[in-house]
Amino acid sequence: MGNNRRVRVMVAKPGLDGHDRGARIIARAYRDAGFEVVYSGLHQTPEEIVEAAIQEDVDMIGLSSLAGAHKYLFPRTVELLREKSAEDIVVCGGGIIPEDDIPPLKEAGIKEIFTPGTALDDIVKWVKENVKPR
Amino acid sequence: MSSVFDPKVFEDVEEGHKKWEKKLDKIFSSKPERLERFSTVSDREINRIYTPEDVRDADFANDIGFPGEYPFTRGVQPSMYRGRFWTMRMFAGLGSAKDTNKRFHLLVNQGQTGLSTAFDMPTLMGYDTDSPKARGECGKCGVAIDSLKDMEDLFEGLPIDRITTSMTINPAASILWAMYIAVAEKRGIDKKIIGGTIQNDMLKEFIAQKTFMCPPVPSVRIITDTVEFGTKEVPRWNTISISGYHIREAGSTAVQELAFTLADGIAYTQEAIGRGLNVDDFAPRFSFFFNSHLDFFEEVAKFRAARRIWARVMKERFKAKDPRSWWLRFHTQTAGCSLTAQQPYNNVVRTALQALAAVMGGTQSLHTNSLDEVLAIPTEEAATIALRTQQIIAEESGVANTIDPLGGSYFVETLTNQMEEEALDIIQKIDDMGGMLAAIERNYPQQEIADSAYHYQRQIDEKEKTVVGVNKYVTDEDIPVEVLEIDEELENLQIEKINRLKNERDNKLVKESLEKIGDACAGTLNVMEPLIEAVKNYATLQEICDVYRQVYGEYRDPGIY
Amino acid sequence: MTDVAEKIVNGDVRAVARLIRDIDDGMPGVRQVLKELYPSTGNAYILGITGAPGVGKSTLVDQMVSHLRKRDKTVGVLAVDPTSPFSGGAILGDRVRMQRHSMDEGVFIRSLATRGHFGGLTQSTRSAIDVFDAMGKDYIIVETVGVGQDEVDVVKSAHTTIITVIPGMGDDIQAIKAGILEVGDIFLINKADREGTDKTLSDLRLMINMDHKKYEEGNWKPPILKAQAVFDKGVKELLEEIDKHRKHLTEHCGGWQVRRREDKVRQELGDMIKSRLIEEVLGKITETGDFDEAVNSIVEGKTDPYTACDKLVLPAIGVSTG
Repeated sequence: MGNNRRVRVMVAKPGLDGHDRGARIIARAYRDAGFEVVYSGLHQTPEEIVEAAIQEDVDMIGLSSLAGAHKYLFPRTVELLREKSAEDIVVCGGGIIPEDDIPPLKEAGIKEIFTPGTALDDIVKWVKENVKPR
Repeated sequence: MSSVFDPKVFEDVEEGHKKWEKKLDKIFSSKPERLERFSTVSDREINRIYTPEDVRDADFANDIGFPGEYPFTRGVQPSMYRGRFWTMRMFAGLGSAKDTNKRFHLLVNQGQTGLSTAFDMPTLMGYDTDSPKARGECGKCGVAIDSLKDMEDLFEGLPIDRITTSMTINPAASILWAMYIAVAEKRGIDKKIIGGTIQNDMLKEFIAQKTFMCPPVPSVRIITDTVEFGTKEVPRWNTISISGYHIREAGSTAVQELAFTLADGIAYTQEAIGRGLNVDDFAPRFSFFFNSHLDFFEEVAKFRAARRIWARVMKERFKAKDPRSWWLRFHTQTAGCSLTAQQPYNNVVRTALQALAAVMGGTQSLHTNSLDEVLAIPTEEAATIALRTQQIIAEESGVANTIDPLGGSYFVETLTNQMEEEALDIIQKIDDMGGMLAAIERNYPQQEIADSAYHYQRQIDEKEKTVVGVNKYVTDEDIPVEVLEIDEELENLQIEKINRLKNERDNKLVKESLEKIGDACAGTLNVMEPLIEAVKNYATLQEICDVYRQVYGEYRDPGIY
Repeated sequence: MTDVAEKIVNGDVRAVARLIRDIDDGMPGVRQVLKELYPSTGNAYILGITGAPGVGKSTLVDQMVSHLRKRDKTVGVLAVDPTSPFSGGAILGDRVRMQRHSMDEGVFIRSLATRGHFGGLTQSTRSAIDVFDAMGKDYIIVETVGVGQDEVDVVKSAHTTIITVIPGMGDDIQAIKAGILEVGDIFLINKADREGTDKTLSDLRLMINMDHKKYEEGNWKPPILKAQAVFDKGVKELLEEIDKHRKHLTEHCGGWQVRRREDKVRQELGDMIKSRLIEEVLGKITETGDFDEAVNSIVEGKTDPYTACDKLVLPAIGVSTG
């Protein structure tokens, strides 16, 4: 067993919105950056995402939302992680998120928000700098 | 049956072309071309110039012809925009039914000629607002409809006997349509005269947009029920809007959009024929819905190729005899995925160019995106600019003064031919797999789109493709854009409304009518009659969808990346 | 007993998740915990599901989990996905098809990447099975694409191995024949509504019958089943066959706890020693720089690989080079 810690992330689609272009692209970019990526699939509740993230022992959950329900879904995910004493799992989000929503989301514990147009490499770089395999 | 060119022409052209290329090679040998490789947004390589050589075999009558004549390369109607402009149909829907109703009145007063409705995610997915799955989603990306009560509020005071209504809904399309018919009937309007469109295209949901409920086979069965019912009972309704829009938004190329959409159309046609319907009875009510993306000429060629392929498919493959069956009539929306959150006012320009391509491509109706679409639901002001964009193209630019103005361009005709050929290859591949349902089961279109989307994103990241304001001409300044907020209180109000409804209605009648739907689903009876009865009894959207789910099971995302 | 081992035996989800990660990442300290857990293992029934990509393994596993839950059995799932040879990263997507079970406390789903590190997939997966076993799962399902020796070895750890195919794979049947036919206890033709099902069925039957001698002395003869996992068709029958096989193991093979049987123990211990040796020896000589030095010497023509190998390995295992 060689000591070989890798970043493990979950790419998750909370809520009913099915626009998964961004989620799928980011999953591939993470893989190409050498991460192990667990993909949640579509239409997940925050409860399902958190349970899966814990079972998979990921270092980070990346949430993607394009249909406006981020204000409930993102903070709810962080809240559930806290309830399960798993707040060491970093949560970040991406998608169509209005500028004004970002400060309250960050306050709720979402570490970073990536808005449309962010380069894949910048996102990967952020993860490398901010998410350390535990 | 003859080339538009005199063969003698080519000698001169070929010689001239060679000479010109040599001259260019010399120029570029000292200072190279601006790019190593010139390609469209779909990564199709583009030549320096196109000449008669590229359309050497062009046969005017068979390939190009006249508008309104087979194979309709230049347009489905003979008069096109010389008669009247395309329908300027703006998608709207936000918050509660009453809010959207206000927006509809405003749009009608501004001169819009057709309504187009967006629904919120729970409605699209077949859940009521009080479902745990719907938490936080109510009214967020469209209007929330839980029962006929909401539908009545939505169309309050609107002349639905005179305007046409388009409803962007898929898994729950049959139910929303039943509600619309019920609203009309309750006002004493005969369903024979109401007009509009339901999107009702589940195949592209499995392929691209991922709004799904039941598995593909029963989903298509319900769609075929609506086609059958429409053909017999609601003849002015377009029962399926076969959509490439979402396929493109999910990241396909232009050709993939074209091929997968038409393959979907072929699948629906086969199903309806399998139901025993005569192709000429239903095919004229199929309409299409395409994306208009950034690459101007490629898009124009796509629309032209689409018409030509469909005409040939309907006439030759399905033996349709009514020319209206051969028509590919389509709605266009400009590409939401091309808009940027950075420097959002640039989006007005992008949308204008895309709208122009749709018009040059001969669209029947058009939605232009608002500049803030990438940020949130459009504000009224932004939506107005988007509508004005169409009006300027129509009434100021002069492009609508002649029909198919780009027809005969060596470049555009070549692109049209190339796209037709490549799309036919893909359609053939799908046929070989056993049709679109089988291809979806194999995740073929899903995987192809995922690959194209990733390729394009990499090209942007590596600056092979320019996105102004994102990877070039980037500015730091924040341009403030007003963003429309949806009241979080709406969810609670909507839930109260459902609770009230469930207390007031005759629950025994509801139960009975739901059972009838279940019987129809499990058997072979058309579901539309029982649906109309159930919605009139105020069964909720989810109550009906739960019947679908019980009978057919739920489809789950196969997770293709 | 360490804290971690105690937590795991008590079914602590986070502790289990973390230990499996540590096993996969080859963290020090893991071995101690596994030693402590070993006495608590041996109670789970292990199922191996293998088959080429696209045959619907994950969907099948998802349905099997539902059936087992209806019997009130707890289930652990290990979904093994290939790692990208280019980046070393992986997208673990099998979970998507089983996500509906994620809220069920009786089900633990874990995705594993087939990493190329020292201990290899076989060792990590076996250890992960032990962890699920120790936490008290009644059934453990291991899902792999069944390509390569590593994965074949993985399914050998199972009590019942199910080989999944779909109609119209023609040549792939040949591939099964070449590779893992011997390990198949049950063959399942999924998507059996497709054209070519009967052909696949007769191909499989022929293949199994070629080995007819093997089955004469009361040995288990692999049944061939048809299923449409996506519609939950044939899954119940699969579980019934699994029950039969389990009964067969009990009656004829000294109990279904085959992992404790001599031949299995021999195999697994042998594998474990192999990977341990690789880890210890290669680890040591890589760390000290001796390995790189030897490579250079060979490249520069100063020595031959045979001599270099002796020089590196023998001292590391305490044998004098003479």
